[in-house]
Amino acid sequence: MNEITQKKFKASDYKTNLKPVWCSGCGDYHVLMSVTQAFAKLGLDPENIAVISGIGCSSRIPAYTNTYGFHTIHGRGLAVATGVKVARPELTVVAAGGDGDGFSIGGNHFLHACRRNADMTYIVMDNEVYGMTKGQPSPTTDPSWDSALSPGGTGLSPFHPLVIALASGANFIARTFSGDIKGTASVIADAIEHPGFSFVQILSPCVTFRPDQKAWKQQVHKAMVEETSDPARAARRLMSDDGFNTGVLYRGIREPYRFSCGEEKGDIEEIQKQFEV
Amino acid sequence: MTNEDLNPSVSVAMVGSGGAGVMTSGNMMLEAATKAGLYGLMTRTVGPQIRGGEAAALLRLSSKPVHCVDDTFDILVAVDWKGAERFAGEVPLGSNSLIITDPATGDIPENLTASGARVVEVPIGELAAAVDGGRPNMVILGLVASLIGLNEEPINKIIAKKLSKKGDTAVKASREAVSAGYEAAAGIKSPVKVSSSTSDIKDRWLISGNQAAGFGALRGGIRFVAAYPITPATEVLEWMSPNLPKVGGTLVQAEDELASINMAIGASFGGKPSLTATSGPGLSLMMEGIGLAVSSETPVVIVNVMRGGPSTGVPTKSEQTDLNIAVYGLHGDAPHIVTAATSVEDCIFTTQWSVHLAEAMQTAAIVLSDQFMGQASTIIDPPANISFMAQRLVEKEPTAEYLRYAVTTTGVSPMTLPGTPGGQYTADGLEHNPKGLPSTLMEDHRDQMDKRDRKVAEFDYGNHWADVEGEDNCELVVLTWGSTTNAVREGIERLNAEGIACKLVAMRLLLPAVPVQFNHALKGAKRILVVEQSHSGQFLKLLRANYDMPGEVKSFRRPGPLIIRPGEIVDTIKAWSDQ
Repeated sequence: MNEITQKKFKASDYKTNLKPVWCSGCGDYHVLMSVTQAFAKLGLDPENIAVISGIGCSSRIPAYTNTYGFHTIHGRGLAVATGVKVARPELTVVAAGGDGDGFSIGGNHFLHACRRNADMTYIVMDNEVYGMTKGQPSPTTDPSWDSALSPGGTGLSPFHPLVIALASGANFIARTFSGDIKGTASVIADAIEHPGFSFVQILSPCVTFRPDQKAWKQQVHKAMVEETSDPARAARRLMSDDGFNTGVLYRGIREPYRFSCGEEKGDIEEIQKQFEV
Repeated sequence: MTNEDLNPSVSVAMVGSGGAGVMTSGNMMLEAATKAGLYGLMTRTVGPQIRGGEAAALLRLSSKPVHCVDDTFDILVAVDWKGAERFAGEVPLGSNSLIITDPATGDIPENLTASGARVVEVPIGELAAAVDGGRPNMVILGLVASLIGLNEEPINKIIAKKLSKKGDTAVKASREAVSAGYEAAAGIKSPVKVSSSTSDIKDRWLISGNQAAGFGALRGGIRFVAAYPITPATEVLEWMSPNLPKVGGTLVQAEDELASINMAIGASFGGKPSLTATSGPGLSLMMEGIGLAVSSETPVVIVNVMRGGPSTGVPTKSEQTDLNIAVYGLHGDAPHIVTAATSVEDCIFTTQWSVHLAEAMQTAAIVLSDQFMGQASTIIDPPANISFMAQRLVEKEPTAEYLRYAVTTTGVSPMTLPGTPGGQYTADGLEHNPKGLPSTLMEDHRDQMDKRDRKVAEFDYGNHWADVEGEDNCELVVLTWGSTTNAVREGIERLNAEGIACKLVAMRLLLPAVPVQFNHALKGAKRILVVEQSHSGQFLKLLRANYDMPGEVKSFRRPGPLIIRPGEIVDTIKAWSDQ
């Protein structure tokens, strides 16, 4: 990053003046700040960024950024984002959403986006709850968390998105805490710059339905080990993870998905010759 | 053959279990016929098995263009009879028909012999075995070619073309097996001969409906395709995959249909005209995504090749029963386009036109084809090059006042593409205001609904909404759509030849309704026959919901996979006229 690009834009240049729907104290406000700071840090032209989301509280983020955006349908943000990236490889594509959107209804797209390894960044604001529908357990919720929909808890072990991302082939895996705005911005910038599919899980507390998550501020800690490009080491580390290690946990070296639309050529006449008998 | 003067054609069924090679024989016969100056259509009926299931190549050859199957088959030849009883109902024979069987392969299913068809025994297996490397499917190729009066030269040319890669031995074996078939035919009296043509045959095309849909899409400007395999639509995608890069496009194989429709929407948002292709179950999965395209005003084309439903249904066989979901499957009031190809050849035109419609109106266009058309191969004259191209209203230099969803008189608003400075907006499935910001205001919902409806309802579809053939004020009209069109057309030709005036209205535009054009086409009608391949009468109900049909209305319909045949239209009309 040189001085000129750093000065090109301020974080506020990437914000719209639309008031978010989020509750006061929601971690997603901090994520929005981190995302715009990351864009500013990289000096990206707002018109060359596409922020694509699904449905849920956190998926409202595109309209709050002054970039091109697509607020799609529940679970499908990654699919739309993949289409944008393949059609327009020169754009910076950031997909964003929540844990229910990404790991439950959009779970299959998560697996295959990791595996496909298109050059884009996926930010999941994980608060272990469906907030927009007012408090139901998600795939990352503790099994004993009580709710109207699942009284006494689901009894199901939460799954581990970072382990799944690694096993599925994501090329960059990180976790941050929304309260660490600068640290999160730095990781997001890193994720955008890293080739291939980058996955950033951001622990982003829901103050309304998960007030217990206020304790996350004290629980998160920097990962005690250096980042690795060795999937086997990363797997061992993630399997023993307490869920609160933050930082870049895996930085792979896989080649990104290579297919993209090329230059427009006009060979229709040539193509139709194959039908001639 | 039902009517020699009108369509001097021969219909042949080649039967054998999967792997016996009857499709290869059928394809070779079709290409050889082309070389001999004939037109032809080959459809297929297969079981669900990948290998070893029942299969039949169904051909109709003629010196005139062929678009539909005939009432009965003239010749049925079987390599073996394994599972043949399962499709015997789809291969109608008459008392003049000829069945050729190899007694070593078992008995002919009773539902075939019940026709009273003449049966001739030929030791097909033995003849093949007598040739080193010979195969029964090549023996029947020679047999049938000889019986219908096709000489050996074009057959040998095709064998050389198709098998040269396998080496001279393979070519020699096949030629000898074909010759054995010719010799075996010598003593058999054939019910039909095809009249050979001397016309200029240089320019003819051999194409399937699925290839035609892919080609039409490419010619219309499609440059991104997201694909998930499904019978019987996969060939659309498999054809496009290697051909898209030739024009700077690309295809992505998606993880499911939810992904494929949404990838296509993403690529279109990025500025590339985009398409996906699927069949019933996939279309069901795509519905929410199609609604997103409608709401966010992102152009996208969905080619849906129909098969028997509901649920997994009859994947390998044809039916016209995705009309309801294509028209009504979206939640909310969601104006969009539904079109349908009227023949194998028309898959080119209709798909290309639909790309133009989706792009011009910034909405979703569902193109309906079906297994019959999609997987039929046909010989056609080169189609006219039509000028429809994807032309999206794009704002390249947005001012500070730019509104992505500005309420305009046409309903179409200029769209900025990512990369355009100052044109940033957020596309949304949430209702929005003209700027694109989420809104629950009654006024915004009303205005945006009005605009989305207006752009589709008031668009000028020209005369492409239907194929209308016949005199003005004709009292008798047959209304139909999709692949059924050609059986109806041939039936009407036969009726007209008998002095019964009848008009054809085959609808290409199923949504939105175009009452002005419809009323004009049906002016003076006193009797209307509505023909479709659906158990519940989906087309009839669509017409009832959208149009006022004059006079008496009658429905002729049945579910797939049994194809509707020209003679049935003739019989139905005559019976009605006699009442």
